[in-house]
Order: sequence, then structure tokens, then C-alpha cells
Amino acid sequence: MIKFNNVTKIYSQSTVVLQDISFEIKEGEFVSVVGKSGVGKTTLTRLILGLEAPTSGEIYFKGENLNTADPAKIQEIRRKIGCIYQDYKLLPKKTVYENVAYIMQVEGKENEEIDREVPKVLEIIGLGGKINNFPDQLSGGEKQRLAIARALVNNPEIIIADEPTGNLDPYNTYEVISLLQKINKAGKTIILATHDREIINKLGKRVVTLENGKIIRDEQAGKFII
Amino acid sequence: MKNNTKRIIGFAINDFNRNKGISIATIFVLTITIMLVTGLFFFQGIAGYLTAQIQNKIDITAYFVDGTQEQDILNVKDEIIKMSPNIKNVEYVSKDQALATFSAKHKDDAVLGQALQEVGNNPFLPSLNITTNSDPAQYAQVANILQTSDFSKLIDKVDYSQKKDTIEEIYSITSNITIFGIILGIILILVAILVVFNTIKLAIENSKEEINTMKTVGASNQFIRGPFIIQGVIYGIISFVICFLLSGIFALILSSKVEVILPGFSLFGFFLTNWWIFVLIQLGFGIGVGVISALIVVKKHLEI
Ligand SMILES: Nc1ncnc2c1ncn2[C@@H]1O[C@H](COP(=O)(O)OP(=O)(O)OP(=O)(O)O)[C@@H](O)[C@H]1O
Ligand SMILES: [Mg+2]
Repeated sequence: MIKFNNVTKIYSQSTVVLQDISFEIKEGEFVSVVGKSGVGKTTLTRLILGLEAPTSGEIYFKGENLNTADPAKIQEIRRKIGCIYQDYKLLPKKTVYENVAYIMQVEGKENEEIDREVPKVLEIIGLGGKINNFPDQLSGGEKQRLAIARALVNNPEIIIADEPTGNLDPYNTYEVISLLQKINKAGKTIILATHDREIINKLGKRVVTLENGKIIRDEQAGKFII
Repeated sequence: MKNNTKRIIGFAINDFNRNKGISIATIFVLTITIMLVTGLFFFQGIAGYLTAQIQNKIDITAYFVDGTQEQDILNVKDEIIKMSPNIKNVEYVSKDQALATFSAKHKDDAVLGQALQEVGNNPFLPSLNITTNSDPAQYAQVANILQTSDFSKLIDKVDYSQKKDTIEEIYSITSNITIFGIILGIILILVAILVVFNTIKLAIENSKEEINTMKTVGASNQFIRGPFIIQGVIYGIISFVICFLLSGIFALILSSKVEVILPGFSLFGFFLTNWWIFVLIQLGFGIGVGVISALIVVKKHLEI
């Protein structure tokens, strides 16, 4: 489904983030990407979304080379991916409800469906009582949960979760991870970037470990070892 | 598609309401800019009126000695037209016509009527009324012809010397006004540029992250750009309404004052007869500036 082919990403001469990386993610997989802070986990997710272009090498999304895909195609791909960003990327001038609804409106969904789905997903994620708040009226954990609700609402084929539990308490962390597991069981692909050892060890799924711009380990049912 | 348009308009109205500070500031600067453009249009109207006035005022009347043959006078007329081909008009007024005009003008004045009767015969002289095309050079040329040609002996007197001063005065006034207009125009353009830049800057500060995020969640360019453009249109329409009302009110209030300086010119009348041009200029300028600045802002941030 997603394929990296000798991908190198260099931001400026001095920061070589990824170096000649090749790997593949199959449909329905639950892949965790781990590594120290600054190793390039977020960069990897941005490459998949076409938000960054690789310095060399190719990335394929369902056989489509992102280097040569036109902007409309890239936007179509982005709509297929539910992404939980490490920095949330909420729309500051829209309410909680509107933030989630926007994703569905972008997809061109009908109003009836939006009115039905948005409250449901907000309820699941525990924001049912805050639908009219603006993002700056939410706590860190609430913002994170809003970001998660937004990634889930369109029922995307792939969810990319970049550190989705960084601001959550253990209870909410557990809830979010089991939610992701449930979605994965339903056949969706999950890419999870994290440095939370406990989560990884509990999951018992594929783990890709990055270090110094290389994949140093790629194991099915892996453990968190750095 | 229909759904999309509705959503885009909905977003625009929401954003407009939620950013009242910016909305009001934008409308304020836009209104001032449009008012300046409107001022220039009023100015153009006044200048146009003045020019027309001058064109009618610059004329010369040559009175011929009593008893000059009509044919001689008509020869002089042809001569003038030949020597100064682009003259606006030369009109022959006979003795009888002059009397008739005078009588008609003063028919209510019993004393004058009686005085005329006492004189007995027609005291008026035949004349040529020469209207130049408001060019002082042409004016001088005609004056010169009348004084130096062979037929100058037929001419009793030329009536122009008193008007000459007023004509020159009006000319200096209009040229001063033109310079003033150019300066105003330059200031206007500078203000307009500043306004556009200010609008862009405000919007950039406010929407940079937002546009970025919309892009990352896969919104199409049209979906992102739309609300900003509609907001530009809203700014333009509101500014237009304010400006249109203000211009009407100003024209009405200042009309009597302007009429003191420029007799026969009604500022409000000018507004009423040209109301659709005001609509066109103000609406066009308002929406134009609003939409173009929106396009520039969004374009800059869509490129990721
Ligand atoms: N836009 C950028 N320009 C230049 N350097 C960048 C840019 N974005 C990231 N970097 C650098 O690239 C490296 C990898 O960053 P990245 O955000 O991918 O790390 P990460 O693994 O997600 O870290 P964390 O666990 O802290 O989120 C870092 O050294 C960072 O400073
Ligand atoms: Mg990161």
C-alpha cells in the first residue's frame, strides 16, 4: 500500500534525517515507528502525506509515485488518510464540532451524514460536552482527542497517528490505543509513531525502529528496544 | 457542487463574524479608499463643468460701424473662418436681431422700453459673435485678425478686453485644480496600495496556519480559497453601501456651498444624474480590491 524506495531526506546540508530507506507497509497492517526524539518519525509521516518531498528516492501510495503525482491527486490521497498530527493542526477559528465536520465537508459528504457522524465520534472520544468550544478553549489532552476524532470521522483506509497519546493520561492512552486496535481489526491500516515503550510492548505488532537516519530493526511482533 | 458553494459561503460568513476586528478594520480602510476614488470622480465632474463654462465664455464680439453692408460683414466672417479654421463658431447678429433680442430680454422694463422709443431709430450695431475653442492662443489670434486686417476699418469696437482677465484667471484656476487633482490622485493610489497591503498582511497573520492545515487534510484549493474570496466580496459590498450613502449625503449637504462658488453647478444633481457610475466605480473598486487581496494572500499559502 505504501512503499519507500531508497528514500533520503535532507533538510539542509547539516540535517540528514532519513538515509536511503526502503520498506513497505501492507494493507491492514499495524505498524509502529519508533526512535529517539528528532530521529525523523514525523518527517516520515509527512513524506507519506506529500507534505515534504524526498531529497532522493521514491514513495508510492497504492502504486502512485508521489514525486510525479499532480496536486489534485496528492489532495485526494490526503483525504484518504486520517492523520493525527503531533501538533494537532486544528482549525483555530472553528469550533470542536466544525473542526470535525470540516473533514467531512472536504470529502463532500452530505449534511445529514455529517450531522449524524460528528456527534457520534465526539461522544466516543469524550468531547460530547465541548462541541461549541474553540480549540484554544481546550486542554492539551482535549485538543489531542479532537485531533483523533478528526482523523477517525471519515472512516479512512489508513490512519497515521503521530504521537497520539503524548498529552493523555494513562486511562485515555489505553482508550485511544484500543480504539486504534479495534479500527485495525476492522481491516484498516495503522501507522503509529511513538516513543512510548509501554504501548509498543503491549501491542505486539510490527515495529520499525529508526536510528541515525536508518532502519535498524523491522520486526513483526517487535519490542521497543533502543 | 451546490453543497460546496453553500458551505464556502457559510464558512465566509462565519469567519467574517468571528473576526469582527479585522472585518471592521478592512471595511474601514476600504471605505476610505473608495471615498477617495469617489472624490476624484466628483472632482472630474466639477472640472468638466468648469471647462464647459470656459468654452462658452471665451468669445469675442466685434461691433461694426453703423451702416456697414451685410455682405461686407459676412465676408469678414468668412475671412475669420478661413484664417482660423478650427474656430468653434462665428455668428452674425444684424441690427434688427440685436434690437429684437434686447427688447425680448427687457420687455418687462417699461423705462427702458420708453427710452428706446424716444431714441426713435435702432441704436444697435450689427456684430459678429465669435466663440473660440477655449484655447487662449486661438483667442489671441482672432483678436489680432480683427485689429490688423484690411477690414478693421469697418469695425467700430471689439468687446474682449474686459473678459480677457477673467478668462486668464479661470485658466489659472483650472490648471491649479488639475495639478491638485494629480497630487490627490497620487496620494489616492498610494493609499490604495497601502490598503491592499494592509489587508493582505492582516489576513496572512491570521490565516497562515489555517490554510496550511486545510491543505494537509486534503481540502481542494477551491475549497480553501473560496471563503476568503467571498469574504473579499462581502467587504467590498459593505464598503460600497457605506460609500454610496456617504457620497449622497455629502453631495446633498455640500451642494448649496458649491453652488455659491460655481453658480449653476449642482453637486447633488451631478450625483443623481451619474448615480449608476457611482455604483459602478464604488462597487467595482470595493469588490476588486477585496477579492484581489484575498487571492494574493491565499495563493501565497497554497503553495505547499
Ligand atoms: N522543516 C524542517 N526544516 C529543517 N529541519 C527540520 C524540519 N523539520 C524537522 N527538521 C529536523 O529533522 C529532524 C527530524 O525531525 P522529526 O520531527 O521528523 O523528528 P521526530 O522523530 O518526529 O521527533 P519527535 O519524537 O520529537 O517528534 C530533526 O532534527 C528536526 O530538527
Ligand atoms: Mg515527531
